[in-house]
Amino acid sequence: MEKVLGQTLSSTTRSRRSSGFLAPHLDWVTVLLYFLLVALGWMNIYAAVYSPDNVINIFSMDINSGKQLAWIGASLLLIIVLMVVDYKVYEHLAYPIYGFIILLLLVTLVVAKPIAGSRSWLDLGGGIRLQPAELAKFATALAASKFLGSINLRQQNFKDQMILAAITFVPPVIIILQNETGSALVFAAFILAYFREGMSPLILIIGGSAAAIFILTLLVPKLYLIAGITILMALATWMDYRLLRRFKVMIALWGVVVAMIFSVDFFVNDVLQPHQQNRIKALINPEADPLGYGWNVTQSKIAIGSGGFWGKGFLEGTQTKFDFVPEQSTDFIFCTIGEEHGWIGSTVLIALFMVLLVRIVSIAERQKSVFARTYGYCVASIIFFHFLVNVGMTIGLAPVVGIPLPFFSYGGSSLWSFTILLFILLAIDANRAKDLAR
Amino acid sequence: MKYLENRKYVIQGIFLMVGIVFAIRLFYIQVVDSSYKQAAETNAIKPIIQYPFRGLIYDRNGKLLVQNTPVYDLMVVPKDVKNLDTLRLAELVKLPLEDVRERLKKARSFSYVQPSPFYQKLSTQEFAYIQNNLIDFPGFYINARTARGYPHQSLGHALGYIAEISPRQLEDSTYNGYRPGDYIGKAGIELEYEKYLMGQRGVKYKMVNVRGVEKGSFREGAFDTLAVAGENLVSTIDLDLQAYGEYLMNGAKGSIVAIEPATGEVLAYVSAPFYDPNLFTGKDYGKNYMELLQDSNKTMFNRPIMADQNPPGSIFKLTQALIALEEGAINPNTTYACNKSLVNCHDHPSPLNLYGAVQHSCNPYFYQAYKALINQGKSPNTFTDTAIGLKEWREKVLSFGFGQQLGIDIPGEKKGIVASTDLYDRVYGKNRWKYSTIYSLSIGQGELGVTPLQMANFMAIIANRGHYFTPHIIRSVGEDGKPLKEYQEKHYAAVSPQHFEPIIAGMSEVVRAGTGRRANLDKVGIEVCGKTGTAQNPQGPDHAVFVAFAPRDNPKIAIAVYVEHGKWGGQSAAPIAGLMIEQYLTDTVTIKQQEKWVLSREYLNIKSK
Repeated sequence: MEKVLGQTLSSTTRSRRSSGFLAPHLDWVTVLLYFLLVALGWMNIYAAVYSPDNVINIFSMDINSGKQLAWIGASLLLIIVLMVVDYKVYEHLAYPIYGFIILLLLVTLVVAKPIAGSRSWLDLGGGIRLQPAELAKFATALAASKFLGSINLRQQNFKDQMILAAITFVPPVIIILQNETGSALVFAAFILAYFREGMSPLILIIGGSAAAIFILTLLVPKLYLIAGITILMALATWMDYRLLRRFKVMIALWGVVVAMIFSVDFFVNDVLQPHQQNRIKALINPEADPLGYGWNVTQSKIAIGSGGFWGKGFLEGTQTKFDFVPEQSTDFIFCTIGEEHGWIGSTVLIALFMVLLVRIVSIAERQKSVFARTYGYCVASIIFFHFLVNVGMTIGLAPVVGIPLPFFSYGGSSLWSFTILLFILLAIDANRAKDLAR
Repeated sequence: MKYLENRKYVIQGIFLMVGIVFAIRLFYIQVVDSSYKQAAETNAIKPIIQYPFRGLIYDRNGKLLVQNTPVYDLMVVPKDVKNLDTLRLAELVKLPLEDVRERLKKARSFSYVQPSPFYQKLSTQEFAYIQNNLIDFPGFYINARTARGYPHQSLGHALGYIAEISPRQLEDSTYNGYRPGDYIGKAGIELEYEKYLMGQRGVKYKMVNVRGVEKGSFREGAFDTLAVAGENLVSTIDLDLQAYGEYLMNGAKGSIVAIEPATGEVLAYVSAPFYDPNLFTGKDYGKNYMELLQDSNKTMFNRPIMADQNPPGSIFKLTQALIALEEGAINPNTTYACNKSLVNCHDHPSPLNLYGAVQHSCNPYFYQAYKALINQGKSPNTFTDTAIGLKEWREKVLSFGFGQQLGIDIPGEKKGIVASTDLYDRVYGKNRWKYSTIYSLSIGQGELGVTPLQMANFMAIIANRGHYFTPHIIRSVGEDGKPLKEYQEKHYAAVSPQHFEPIIAGMSEVVRAGTGRRANLDKVGIEVCGKTGTAQNPQGPDHAVFVAFAPRDNPKIAIAVYVEHGKWGGQSAAPIAGLMIEQYLTDTVTIKQQEKWVLSREYLNIKSK
């Protein structure tokens, strides 16, 4: 099948090369990584649904691997379309696309029938369903990038900052209303991109610290945590005369942190919904209820942990194959790699993602326009956030949040969304010379 | 602007840091911490014990004594029980509702996730009915295994039985490798030969999915082991003879033990009242067992090896005569008068030599002969002399297998009692007892206790003219059929072979014209040598004893018959012995009037004198 893919690719490439359009500047490393991840994902989806007593062909449309192949095929068409379309369209139409997606999100919220408590699926008829929340990521990335290209973030213009915040946070608010909290959290990733464009590092530090304190409060007894933070802050203040001069600020900061620690309980118990509370509890101590809320995390860790160094071999996994791990071809696809390909396989996959992310950052850096660069960083940030949370939850380092592993997890909406996200960047990148010429 | 560009390093740094943290975390859970691998195994790999066929047991002629029959257990895994309709379940298994609840509670308290038996030993019909409805009861399944079956109703006491291993045994390290619910030999041959019969369990590793449904074998069965069937045993028992013995003893209490003198092989082993071994195989095993255990006839009492409190009576005169001959205290021509002032006797010609004394079982003769044996004048002090005599006598008695376990391969054998100087010292004080204290030993009464097995073995010694092989009920283990080594060793009685002939001659007279005439088989040309006995019983009518072997030359069978409350050996025990001997040697019974007499049980109603 890979061969077929390869042929399709090279034939399209040839046709484009012969027309002298795009191909010479296309970033083939990224394209290769993309296809590698998609192909590996496809094989692991097959492994996840594989059943030794009822072997179904990997291409069969009755199982997820067959369907995923159809999604992959459709993605190829999508890629061709994205490459053929004039790259300027993305910048020009950024706001209309964004507006359209917001509208789609709102329509979905109204018309969608709840599926597993979530009102995020739009039924297009013919058995095809679309999750607009997935598309909201690239639309928001485009709109935010365009807006950043038109202003100067460093000038601390409050109105601009508010508009940017609105662009970033309106979609997730609607998505939360759709009860897809996981997808909404992804929008926090934009902070990384904004940081590159001049956002104060304080926001990154405060955001990161808040998340860290939140998780630590869950894992460590409050008294120890407060003692530790107090000592750390005292040491920092004592060592650095600049902080010593702002003694009152430090005291206030300390107060805020302590207040936050004490408000975590309230937040978990009174603000979060029960299923969200359970995900938090599962992170803290999955063994407390291994058959209940701890099931996913416990089973996922067992599956990965049983893989050992070399793994059990392709299609040899017992934990994923026999349904011990839930959502194994979608959100918990990483378990299949962990179990069947061991530490080596998992690490190779992590390395692939690292190479991809670093590559995207360098692509972003070579862009001449703020729009293109910001968009590149948005792509990297979104992929990174998915990777962080998805893999983190399977190995018990993050709460269970139902978001897919980019390019890997089963699902058309997710694959398309990441394909669009990535290949818009590649299309823009391939035309950067023209941009320069302009 | 330049410093903003440097932020790309911060961002890439964050990416790489997360990647490294993940790789380290993965290394920890995948390589360092092995607990996940174990968890995965218990998760998905289910060892399924393959129970081996327990070894079969054949009789000496190749007839099946013990076989395996399929039974079905209804098992339950409490974890998997969902939406249980207790009422319907109770109807299905035909048990009261409280009982069903109780059984579920028991299963849960044993283990939440492990299967435990809910209802055991379903018949084939019950199995079919329950199986058809089981689909509605998740967590319940049928486990087929084999139970013991017997194509006859005989030999219960010797065969023993198997039952579920007890919690105490499970804690005992001797029983390592057994698991709850396993069946283990609890008595008889099943217990004695457990290690051969049990075979080797095999294990199949099945993979199961999250719902416990089997999904094929693990690694194509690379780690599976096959069950190895237990070894078959060949018994020394003659099933026809055994069944005939039980037929003769039906309704009476007592024992028959028949031994092949040349080998020590036990031919028949009757403990009456007896029970059908099939009673212990069905699901009413517990109830049947308790009933038998508590019944007033002491059915579960394994009389041939455990009834050791009864004195042997007159048959012991043979022992006394043999030892007296060996010691030179008497010779075959020694004559004593039947002096009834010494000890009571019945009317017979007097005086008698040894042959006559044996034939007529003359009590005063043996009183005097035993006195000559015990008081040999080795010490001038009559008390000391008696003690010396008794001590030497006792050693010789023990050499006949009395007063000790013979070592038969049936667990529970008792030693019996042989009077000792220690015993009398304890009762009367040292040097406070002499021959007049212990004279009842001379006629087999007093401080003597002999099991029926020891009596039969004693006959084998006389038949062999001085030696015996340890009586045993299993000839060989396994397919090669080689006799077991431990039963090849000759044990010698401390009496020279030539002293046996006079005794045998007397025993022949007993059956020809003496007290044992009812065992006479002259009609079919078999010379039976025997001796009657009566064991005094303070609790009721005396017990009857008859020991014999036949034919006189080249003996093929030695036998002891013990009939509780049978009064005189000649009346009740002798005909049974005669019938058994004829049955064994000729496969037919011609002395039908004796059989009729035995089955009439009239001798049990004769008033004692």
